[in-house]
Amino acid sequence: MIRIDQVEKAYAGRRVLGPVTLEIASGQRVALVGPSGCGKSTLLRVVIGLLAPDRGTVTVSGTPMGAGTKRALRRKIGYVIQDGGLFPHLTGEHNVTLMARELGWDAERIAARVKELGAMTGLGAEALVRWPAQLSGGQRQRVGIMRALMLDPEVLLLDEPLGALDAITRARLQAELATLFESLGKTVVLVTHDIAEAARLADESIVLRDGEVVQRGRVEDMARAPADPFVAELLTRGMGT
Amino acid sequence: MRLPAAALALLAALVGSGAAWAGREEVVVGSKAFPESWILAEALADLAHASGADAQHRINLGGTELVDEAARSGAIDAYPEYTGTIREVILHAPNATDEQVRARLAAEGLGMTESLGFEDSYALAVSPTAADRNGLRSISDLAAHPALRAAFSHEFIGRRDGWPGLSARYGLAFGDLRAVEHPLAFEAIGAGRADVIDVYTTDPEIERLSLRVLDDDRGFFPRYDAVVVYRADLARRAPHSLEAMRRLVGRVDRRAMARANAEVVTDGRSVAQAAGKLLEEALGPDAPVSAASAAGPSTIAAIVHDLARHLALVGASVLAAAIVGVPLGVAAARRRRVAAMVLGSAGVVQAVPALALLAFLVPLAGVGVVSASVALFLYALLPIVQGTCTGLAIIPASLTEAADALGLTPRAQLMRVHLPIASPSILAGIRTSAVITVGTATIAALVGAGGLGDPILEGIALRSAPLILRGAVPAAVLALTAQGLLTWLERAIVSPGLRLPPGG
Repeated sequence: MIRIDQVEKAYAGRRVLGPVTLEIASGQRVALVGPSGCGKSTLLRVVIGLLAPDRGTVTVSGTPMGAGTKRALRRKIGYVIQDGGLFPHLTGEHNVTLMARELGWDAERIAARVKELGAMTGLGAEALVRWPAQLSGGQRQRVGIMRALMLDPEVLLLDEPLGALDAITRARLQAELATLFESLGKTVVLVTHDIAEAARLADESIVLRDGEVVQRGRVEDMARAPADPFVAELLTRGMGT
Repeated sequence: MRLPAAALALLAALVGSGAAWAGREEVVVGSKAFPESWILAEALADLAHASGADAQHRINLGGTELVDEAARSGAIDAYPEYTGTIREVILHAPNATDEQVRARLAAEGLGMTESLGFEDSYALAVSPTAADRNGLRSISDLAAHPALRAAFSHEFIGRRDGWPGLSARYGLAFGDLRAVEHPLAFEAIGAGRADVIDVYTTDPEIERLSLRVLDDDRGFFPRYDAVVVYRADLARRAPHSLEAMRRLVGRVDRRAMARANAEVVTDGRSVAQAAGKLLEEALGPDAPVSAASAAGPSTIAAIVHDLARHLALVGASVLAAAIVGVPLGVAAARRRRVAAMVLGSAGVVQAVPALALLAFLVPLAGVGVVSASVALFLYALLPIVQGTCTGLAIIPASLTEAADALGLTPRAQLMRVHLPIASPSILAGIRTSAVITVGTATIAALVGAGGLGDPILEGIALRSAPLILRGAVPAAVLALTAQGLLTWLERAIVSPGLRLPPGG
């Protein structure tokens, strides 16, 4: 479970986030939606502790995120960014297994987990021995997801995971991610500017504007009763494309 | 700096212990950066050697300050010096009596012999044509001929006991006065482009060009009697060697010295040969047979020896610079203030001329390998710090965040992600540093650390192109080899994933 309590963040005197208070239950899949600059990525980075909030607290699985706890907490959180964020000097497989090797997993356990994840994400062994520069955008994102899932985390955070892909690959990966999230049963927080993607991959969407939560609910319900004209416009534009 | 100094002392002790076991006296004679000093020092070393000591000549250590420092620090035990230089440059007491000079040297643990028998002082010389045409015999005669063209060495113009004092004493002024390097003054007067130059009284060129040395009729120039300055503890540590070296006192006359200088400078004889001949003239049948003149090292052996020393200097300095520079670069990449400080001060060090840096270091680290290594280390630092800092700074923020978000420890982030991604830039910095240091290491010879700078400096002093090339060509080959080797190393170390064009 993730609790976000009165979180605020400002840059150079300008508030970009908050105050935001949210609770995301275990196993729930939510999408943070909004136009660029609405604070959705900032909120995700606060959750994983890459940014420290000016005020408020974040709690993941009962542990407050802080300087002393973040290292251990992050091992329970998988984080996927646009274009995979793969390390160029490591092969696909070594990107996936880096953290497990640091933790001293034995080779057998690592190999078994890689095989399992490969089957889950549909990435063949021949792609895993390549360097990131030799992979297609879709393959890179699959490797990124495998890396995030390697330690079998309780929570999966994804920041525009399909943002850098062409339309066809994007549609195919959306379908695969929907199935994957379903089968994993993990808590998922997905950041996207695309309301259709949110509707497809998440149980619930949270609309943000200027760093604050405007509306929370199922996309269908929001379409029926938008909180304000901003949400209405976001929904009609987003669903139209 | 302590540690390398201690290590060096240990090494010296190990090397020296061979002689110590044999119960032999050990004497190191040093010389300054000109042929007369080399010849005298070689002769002194020959005498000590003949008395049964393990005698060594550390040739071409540098200027007066460097050699004096070497004697005080114990890097050398004795060297040829001139009484005028001791008063002016070392003691800054131009009017001190002989007794006062001895007392002040003794307070520093140094001794001084009586004159070796000749004076090598400043004098003014004129071309025979100018002398005959203007009836010049003494320096006073010059006052009536301000139209004469003068070409004086930089040192002569700068020293209180040189041109400034001389012109005041005699009321001299020349309309055409140029500052030139000492050897070039002889060329100018020989070619008729100058009429008056400053000379040393034992310059071999005086006789070759039939120059007239003008009489110092008002007694301006101080005495520059050649003497031996030695560490006072030699009397206890190596009494036989000291006694042997003293045999030269009063035995070398000005002409013999000028001839010996001519043999090295104009006839291309080796220093050992000239020293052997000087000893024969000075001591007659009692002269020892020079150890070195029997069989000098072959050219190949000399190149290999210089090259090995050069390689050791460069290797140690660049290795130390890499060990210190990479962490400094990491610190600089993390904090902007550290970056400004580190890159700023490394830049300042880089901008300091090698000579000035050595002048600072010699009082701290003495003459020899330590000073040279410290200077080279400081020069090697900047490209490595810069390469590391740049390599880390250009890593995309998304990758450093991805590494952090994985839960890697800061150390693992650095070792597994940041440094490997920055490795091409770091290794390029090390390569640049190594290539530059191969060239810069030729300055090591200035402080007696040896290497390929030795033949270059000797070649410059002797105006011998082959000698200069004996140092310059191997240095160039070494630089190219270092470049090739490190490029190969980069291929072996840098991940192939970093050499691919970004795909899609």
